[in-house]
Amino acid sequence: MTAAIEASGLGKKYRRLWALSDCTLSIPVGRVVGLVGPNGAGKTTLLNLATGMLTPTSGRIRVLGGAPGSGPDQLARVGYVAQDAPIYSGLSVADHLRLGAHLNPRWDADLASRRISQLGLVLKQKAGTLSGGQRAQLALTLAIAKRPELLILDEPIASLDPLARREFLQVLMESTAESGVSVVMSSHLVADLERISEYLVVLVDSRVQVAGAIDELLASHQLLTGPRRDPATMPPNQHVITASHTDRQSTILVRCDEPIADPSWTVDQIDLEDLVLAYMGQARTNRLDLSDRAGTKILEEKR
Amino acid sequence: MIEFHLDSRSGVAPYLQLIQQVRQALRLGLLREGDQLPTVKDVSGSLAINPNTVLKAYRELEYQGLASARPGVGTFVTATMSSDSIAAHNELSHDLEGWVSKARAAGLDDESIGAIFQRTIRTAVQEEVR
Repeated sequence: MTAAIEASGLGKKYRRLWALSDCTLSIPVGRVVGLVGPNGAGKTTLLNLATGMLTPTSGRIRVLGGAPGSGPDQLARVGYVAQDAPIYSGLSVADHLRLGAHLNPRWDADLASRRISQLGLVLKQKAGTLSGGQRAQLALTLAIAKRPELLILDEPIASLDPLARREFLQVLMESTAESGVSVVMSSHLVADLERISEYLVVLVDSRVQVAGAIDELLASHQLLTGPRRDPATMPPNQHVITASHTDRQSTILVRCDEPIADPSWTVDQIDLEDLVLAYMGQARTNRLDLSDRAGTKILEEKR
Repeated sequence: MIEFHLDSRSGVAPYLQLIQQVRQALRLGLLREGDQLPTVKDVSGSLAINPNTVLKAYRELEYQGLASARPGVGTFVTATMSSDSIAAHNELSHDLEGWVSKARAAGLDDESIGAIFQRTIRTAVQEEVR
């Protein structure tokens, strides 16, 4: 089966700064995929590479088996709602639908007008006077009505109130159930992503820290607490993600596919939010280590 | 028709919550044989959850022999959870009320009562397994 997004060694450099580096990913089709990471981690860059708005500096990316943005066919297969759901504020809701119909070969006019009336949007209203939630819904309607195979959503709900957010996700999930469209959505709201997605990608410091089916990620990560222990002495099949220690106790998050046999550990499951935070924290620790080392090196050179 | 809800703080996987709610509704007689369960589209649309989560729950209910899917129509309840158990409910909850007041009289708080109850169920399950 072709992947929704397949990347290998993908990188993007702006001047001297890598916004995304060495990104290798395979996101299966027919899934709803959550993309999380702190601001500036490279989420938007990755999504822009997938839509063809950016071209890679290194490596390659295939979307639904084709090169992103390579032609009208490829463009018709991918729906994209950019950050903060941009719309044309001077145009009316009806104008947006007309625009959608003219620009998209697979446009589903019935679906679009049905959605608009369900949402209670007034056709004559100028988009600039819509509420944030309505604007996001309009942008989503346009993206859904173009009947894409892959829907890419870049933080569409970050600025919405909880009710508008829930309504947005309801519409998104209903359309997913209806059409089986693949979805990749970036968001900071892990709880929302946990409801809607089956697959998660954590991006920190321009690198993919972890990616996988949420069920499997939750099942394979265990939080161990027990007598103080050096994480370096952990068995090789227990991959240490984070470790913290007090005088007598160690708390270690490991990724391990087998049950933990060592009776000195108390084993707990963690939730998705903690898992995401652990990988973000791990990336930060690594960065501090690196800058530490760089700092030491400079000192040594000065001597 | 049953309406599902989700408790996102319970720590119980959403698909398990759906299964529990169907089983609960069957036990209480709110769902009967032949009743249709809400469509996958309706459930994922109203709860804003992934359609595959709903499918997973419905497949598990089929596996448990409680529901069956008719392609293109929907998923229907195929079994009633023994009706004698419903009849026994009243008597059992009456017994339990008596036990709870005894526990309160002995000075136990709700947390301790819950703990005893959970432990007893767990022990009973373990003994059944043996």
